[in-house]
Amino acid sequence: MLDKMITSHTSQVIKVGIAQLDVVKMPDTIRTSGLGSCVGVVLYDETKNIAGLVHIMLPDSSLARTETINAAKFANTGIKALIDMLKLAGVQPFRLKAKIAGGAQMFKFSSDNDSMRIGPRNVEAVKRELVKNSIPLIAEDTGGNSGRTIEFNPGTCLLSIRTVNQGVNEI
Amino acid sequence: MSEIQKITSLHLDVLKEIGNIGAAHAATALSSLLSRKIDMRVPKVEMVSFNDMMELAGGAETVVVGIYLRIEGDSEGSMFFILPIEQADRFIRRLIGDDLFSFSNTKLSELGVSAMQELGNILSGSYLSALSDFTGMKIFPTVPGLSVDMFGAIISTGLIEISEVSDQVIVINTSIFEEGFDNRNEVHGHFFLLPDPDSFTNIFKALGVG
Repeated sequence: MLDKMITSHTSQVIKVGIAQLDVVKMPDTIRTSGLGSCVGVVLYDETKNIAGLVHIMLPDSSLARTETINAAKFANTGIKALIDMLKLAGVQPFRLKAKIAGGAQMFKFSSDNDSMRIGPRNVEAVKRELVKNSIPLIAEDTGGNSGRTIEFNPGTCLLSIRTVNQGVNEI
Repeated sequence: MSEIQKITSLHLDVLKEIGNIGAAHAATALSSLLSRKIDMRVPKVEMVSFNDMMELAGGAETVVVGIYLRIEGDSEGSMFFILPIEQADRFIRRLIGDDLFSFSNTKLSELGVSAMQELGNILSGSYLSALSDFTGMKIFPTVPGLSVDMFGAIISTGLIEISEVSDQVIVINTSIFEEGFDNRNEVHGHFFLLPDPDSFTNIFKALGVG
C-alpha cells in the first residue's frame, strides 16, 4: 500500500538495540550504536524508500542453547525475520538490496578461543544468508578493530558509519 | 540451561561479596600505585538485558578506555575494567609523568598505552587473585587487551558467550572513584565481572551455597 500523501512530519531516528530489528520509511532514518563484533544489516527497497535494520550478534541459531530464540540475534534467523517484516511493510523481496557494517575484532588475543573470531564469522554468515535469499550486497564496511555507529537513510539509500578515529564515512 | 533463572537472593549476596572482595583489592592496588585515595561503591549485582547493559557505563556510543580479559579454569567468564577517557588520562599522566598524554589523541604514545595495559594487568590480577583466594577456585586470566572505543562495541565482546544461552546477563558491577577529585561523587571507573552462564554452579558450589 503506497502512502500517496507527502508526510510533513519531521523525520525521526529509529534506534535499534543489540539483537533487535526494525523497519522505517522515508523521511525517518534508522540507526544502531556501538557495533563491535556484531553486524548491522540494512535491507532496503530504493523504489519505496523503505529500509530495515537488524543488529546481529551471532552467526547461526544452531549456536543457541535455549528453547526459545530471539530471531534478531542470529544472522540466519535475523535476516529472515527482517525480510518478513519488510514484506509486511509492503516491500517485494526481489527488490531488496543490502548494505552491511561491523564485524570488527575489538581485542587482539593470541587465544584460539572461537568467540574471539566472532566478528569475521558473523560477516561470513550474513553474506551467506544474503546469497541464499538472492539479495545483492551493494556496499560493506566490515572487519578491522574499531567500533561503529551506523545510520541508514531510506531516502538517499546511504549508510553513514561513524568510528571514533575516522569520523563519519558514507557508503 | 536455565541456571540463570534459579538464582536466589542468597546467591546474589554471594556474588556481591565477590565483587566486594575483588574490587577492594584492586582499589588498594590502584591506590598504592598512584599514591591517591581510591574509594569504591557497594557492588551491584544485576540481571540486565543486553541493551540495559549498555547503559551501565553511559550508553553504547560513549567512548571509554576498556581493559578486557577472559577468565579460564574452574570458573569462566569475562572481566572488564572501564574508565572514562578523562579519568584514564589522569591516571596515566600521573603514572608516566607526561601531562600531555591523552587517550583522545589519535596517535597514542606507546609508553602511555603500555602503562594502561600494565595498570589493567595489575588491577584485574588483584581482583581475580582475591576472588580465587576467597572461593578456593583455580582461575587463570588471559593477558588483558586494551581498546579505546565505544562502550557498546567493547562490552559486547563479553556478551557473545552469554548470548548463546540467554538474552540477559548477570553482571557484578563495582564502581571506583578517586576521592577528593570532585565533589559530585561522579563514578570514575567500573569493574564488570560477567561469569559465563555455566560457571555459576561452580561458583556457588565453591562457596557452599549450591
